[in-house]
Amino acid sequence: MTKFAAFLCGLIFGFGLVVAQMSNPSKVLNFLDIAGHWDPSLAFVMGGAVIVTFLGYRLVGRAPVSLTGRPFEAPRTLPIDARLVSGAALFGIGWGLVGLCPGPAIVALGVDGWEAVLFIAAMAIGMVLYDRVLRPILPSDSPDPGGIAAVSRPR
Amino acid sequence: MTSFTPYSAFLGGTLIGLSAVLLMLFNGRIAGISGIFGGFLALRPGETLWRLAFIAGLIAAPLLYRGFGGQIPFAITPAAPLLIAGGLLVGIGTRMGNGCTSGHGVCGLARLSPRSLAATLTFMATGIGTVFVVRHLLGG
Repeated sequence: MTKFAAFLCGLIFGFGLVVAQMSNPSKVLNFLDIAGHWDPSLAFVMGGAVIVTFLGYRLVGRAPVSLTGRPFEAPRTLPIDARLVSGAALFGIGWGLVGLCPGPAIVALGVDGWEAVLFIAAMAIGMVLYDRVLRPILPSDSPDPGGIAAVSRPR
Repeated sequence: MTSFTPYSAFLGGTLIGLSAVLLMLFNGRIAGISGIFGGFLALRPGETLWRLAFIAGLIAAPLLYRGFGGQIPFAITPAAPLLIAGGLLVGIGTRMGNGCTSGHGVCGLARLSPRSLAATLTFMATGIGTVFVVRHLLGG
């Protein structure tokens, strides 16, 4: 049940990216190019997604646990620290270089060619490199920064 | 050049939101793609198959969409070295910052998380800055 639900959610998420054309790196780059021929579509994607998620999480949060019995997950409340901001900054640079972030990159595997494979292979190496090599040696200003805590409500 | 498509963008966004709500409703999980993919790579017992199923759904979406006759505009312009550099930065950055456009930009903002707002503003700013440097200063 968790697997089927996850597949269905991935499918709907992927349809959303395809319908919004967010699987197209050129369209994403044209959103980030505010000094050029700016295409504000991505803001409408995020707006629609945040409105639906905001309302939906409030309805879902009334239940004690999820339908498969797993507790609702919410990231731990941590301070805004250097690690968060540095990570987001590095991610933004990579996003701006190529126009792909993780969701659209995986969808792009089902669209076209070797570029997405190359990007995802590098992304996977970067993730493992951080988890296995960089995280242990970088100073951590928050306790257990990678941890996810299970809480009773998703908000 | 791509043109402004507010209606399809908003419709696509609502589908992404629906997916995030359903994943919370059924599995109790945040629909952050970097978290789902990164957690899949960690290969922890009980945490691998549902993540793989979600990833399979993402890949199946464009295949089904095309199967029903839909057109998917697609153009990756950067050369291989930039694809590799971008992928590495996205991989390291999303693990270090605990999320990407979906985890922070959609689910986190919907949870009114100050951390997610800070992360979203940061990656938007560096993304815009990077495109400005590449397109307008370097003329890529």
